[in-house]
Amino acid sequence: MIYNIPYIAVVCLILVGLYALIFKRNLIKMIIGVTLIESGVNLFLITLGYRKGSIAPIYTNSPGGIMALPVPQALTLTSIVIGVAVLALMLSLVIHIYRHYGTLDVKKVGRLKE
Amino acid sequence: MNIPNYAPALIVAVPLLGAFLTPLIGRINDKLRNIFVILILGINSIIVGLLAYNIFTKSTTGSPKIWTYVFGGKQEVTSPVVRIMFEVDAMSIFMAIIASILLFVVVIYSWAFMKENTGLDKYYTLILLLASGMLGMMLTGDMFNFFVFLEITSISSAALVAFWTHKGESVEAGFKYILVSTIGALFVLFAIAILYGQYDALNIAVLSNAIQYTFLDKVALILLIAALAMKAGLVPLHMWLPDSYSRAPATVTVALVGATLASLYGVLRIVFTLYGNTLEVITKQIEFLNADILVSNMIGWFVIVLAICSIIVGVMMALRQTDFKRLIAFAAVAEIGYMFLGIGTKLASVGFDTTNSIIHAEYGITALEGGIFHIINDALDVGLLFLVAGAIYYTTKNWSLNEMGGLARNMKYTTIFFAIGLLAVAGMPPFNGFASKLMIYESTFQLNPILAIVAILCSILILATFVKVFHSAFMGPALPKFKDVKEVPKSMLFAMGIIACIIIFIGLFPNIMLENIVRPAAEALTNNAQYLKMVIGVI
Repeated sequence: MIYNIPYIAVVCLILVGLYALIFKRNLIKMIIGVTLIESGVNLFLITLGYRKGSIAPIYTNSPGGIMALPVPQALTLTSIVIGVAVLALMLSLVIHIYRHYGTLDVKKVGRLKE
Repeated sequence: MNIPNYAPALIVAVPLLGAFLTPLIGRINDKLRNIFVILILGINSIIVGLLAYNIFTKSTTGSPKIWTYVFGGKQEVTSPVVRIMFEVDAMSIFMAIIASILLFVVVIYSWAFMKENTGLDKYYTLILLLASGMLGMMLTGDMFNFFVFLEITSISSAALVAFWTHKGESVEAGFKYILVSTIGALFVLFAIAILYGQYDALNIAVLSNAIQYTFLDKVALILLIAALAMKAGLVPLHMWLPDSYSRAPATVTVALVGATLASLYGVLRIVFTLYGNTLEVITKQIEFLNADILVSNMIGWFVIVLAICSIIVGVMMALRQTDFKRLIAFAAVAEIGYMFLGIGTKLASVGFDTTNSIIHAEYGITALEGGIFHIINDALDVGLLFLVAGAIYYTTKNWSLNEMGGLARNMKYTTIFFAIGLLAVAGMPPFNGFASKLMIYESTFQLNPILAIVAILCSILILATFVKVFHSAFMGPALPKFKDVKEVPKSMLFAMGIIACIIIFIGLFPNIMLENIVRPAAEALTNNAQYLKMVIGVI
C-alpha cells in the first residue's frame, strides 16, 4: 500500500489540475491547473523508475546495490524544461490579454471579443 | 542517387540551425534574411525530395524500403533498442513532402505579406522552428522524441498565432491554442509513461512488437488518440481550430494546416503501427456481448461517427459565417472529417468469413488510400484558400464578407486562384479534390450507403458555401472604397501559383500520384510485419 502513495498522488494532482482548468474562470488559475497536471505526469515518470532502496544511477561511483532507472529521470528533465518554456509563453500571453481587455476573467474576455 | 544515411537527421537539423542563425543574419539586412530563410527551406525541400525519391523507387520494386537512422552510435540496431531512431517509411516521407511544400510556399508568400510588420526576425525564427518540429514529428521512430517535437510544434505555432499582439483576438486565440496543445501533449506524455512502465521501451517498432493490449494499453490508446485528434481538430474537440486559424496571419494559418496534419499523422502511426498488431486480433474481452467482435471494427465505427460529425458540423458552421477566414477554417474541419472517414472505413472493413478467420474487405484499402490521398489534397486546397484570404486582407484590410464586393475587377489573378481553390475543395472533377473524394465515396458506399450520401451532400454544401463567398467577395458592382485596390505583389502571386499548379497537376493526373506515392504510403502503413522486420529485424 505504502508504495502506491506516489501513484495516488499522481491521480490527485492530475484531477486537481483538470478541476482548475474546467471550473476556474481566472486565466492564471487555469495556468496553475496546467502546471499541476504537468507535475503529476512528471511524478508518474519518476515513480516508474524508482525501486525500493535504490540509489542514484552513477555507474562509476556506485557502492553496489540496486540503482534507480536513469531513463525516466532524463525524460522528466526534458519534460520540465519544455514545461518552463510553455509556462513562460502562457504567462506572457496572459500579460498581453490583460493589457487588451483589462481583465483575466475568461467569460468577460470572451464577451468583449464580440 | 545516393544520399548519406544521415539524411533524415539533416531534414530536422537544417531548419533548426537556420532558425537560430536567422536573427543574426537579420541584423545585417532584411532582404538577406528573407533569402536565407527561403534558401534554408529550399535546401530542406531538396533533401526531402531526394530521400523521397530513394524510398519510393525502391519500394515499387520488391519490398518496401524503410530508412532508419540511429542517433549517436553505430547504425546496426542492437537489442535492447536504447538509442533514438528515425524511422522513415513511405508514409512519413509522404507527410514530409506535404509539410515542405506548404512551408516553402509560406516563406515566399511572407516576403510581401509580412513586410509591414516589425519583429520579423522572430517570425522567421519561429517559422523555421515550426518546420523542424513538424518534420521531426513525421520522421521520428521514438515515442518520447515524438512528444518533444509535438511540444516544439505547439510552442512555436502558438507564438505565431499570437504574432499580431496588437490585436486582442489573436493573443486570445494563441492562448487557447497553447492551452489545448499543452494539455494534449501532457496526456500524450502520460500515455508514453504508461507504455514505458509496462514494456520498458520507447521505440515505436519495439513497442508494437511487445504490446499485449492489456487494460493499461487501452487507457494509453484512448489518451493518445484523444490528445492527437484534439490537435488534429476532430469534432467535438475542434473548438480551438476556427479561432486560431482565423485570427493568425494567413501565412501562419497555412503553416498551422501542416502542424494539424502532423498530428493526424500521429493518429495514423499509433493506430496502424503502434497498435497495428493488436487491433487485427480478435479479442473476446468484451464479455457482455460474448461475440466475435473485432476491436478494429469498434474503433473504426467510433472514428467514422466522429468523422461524420466533423463533416456535418464543419459544413453547417461554415454556411453561416461572414468572416472570410473563419469560414475557410470550418471548411477545413469538414475536410479533416473526410480524412478520418477514410481511415475509419479501413478500420471497420475487417470482417469474418465463413470459417471465422479474419478477412480484409477490398474497399478498406481504397478507403485508406483515399484518406491518405485526401491529406495532400486538403493541405493544398485549404492552403490555397487561406492564401487567397490573406491576399484579400492585404489589399482591403478587412475580413468581413459583408463589406467586400467587386474585387474581381481589380484582382484578376487572385480571383482565378480562388476559383481553383473553391472547385478543388468542393471536389469538382478537373481538380485534385475530386480524385480522393471519389475514392472515399466509393469505399464508404460499400460499407454503408448512408455514410457516402452524407459525405456527398456535405461536399455539395461546401461548394454552395464557397460559391456564396465567391459571389459576395469577387462579383457584384464595384465598390467605391475599393477603387484603388491593386493586384497583390508578385511574390504572393507566385506562392499561390505554385500551389495552383500542383493542384491542377494532381487533378489531371491523379494516377501518377496514386500509384507512385499514395499507394506505397498506404502499404507502408498497413504492412506492419514488414515495418518491424525492416526496423528491428523481427519477423
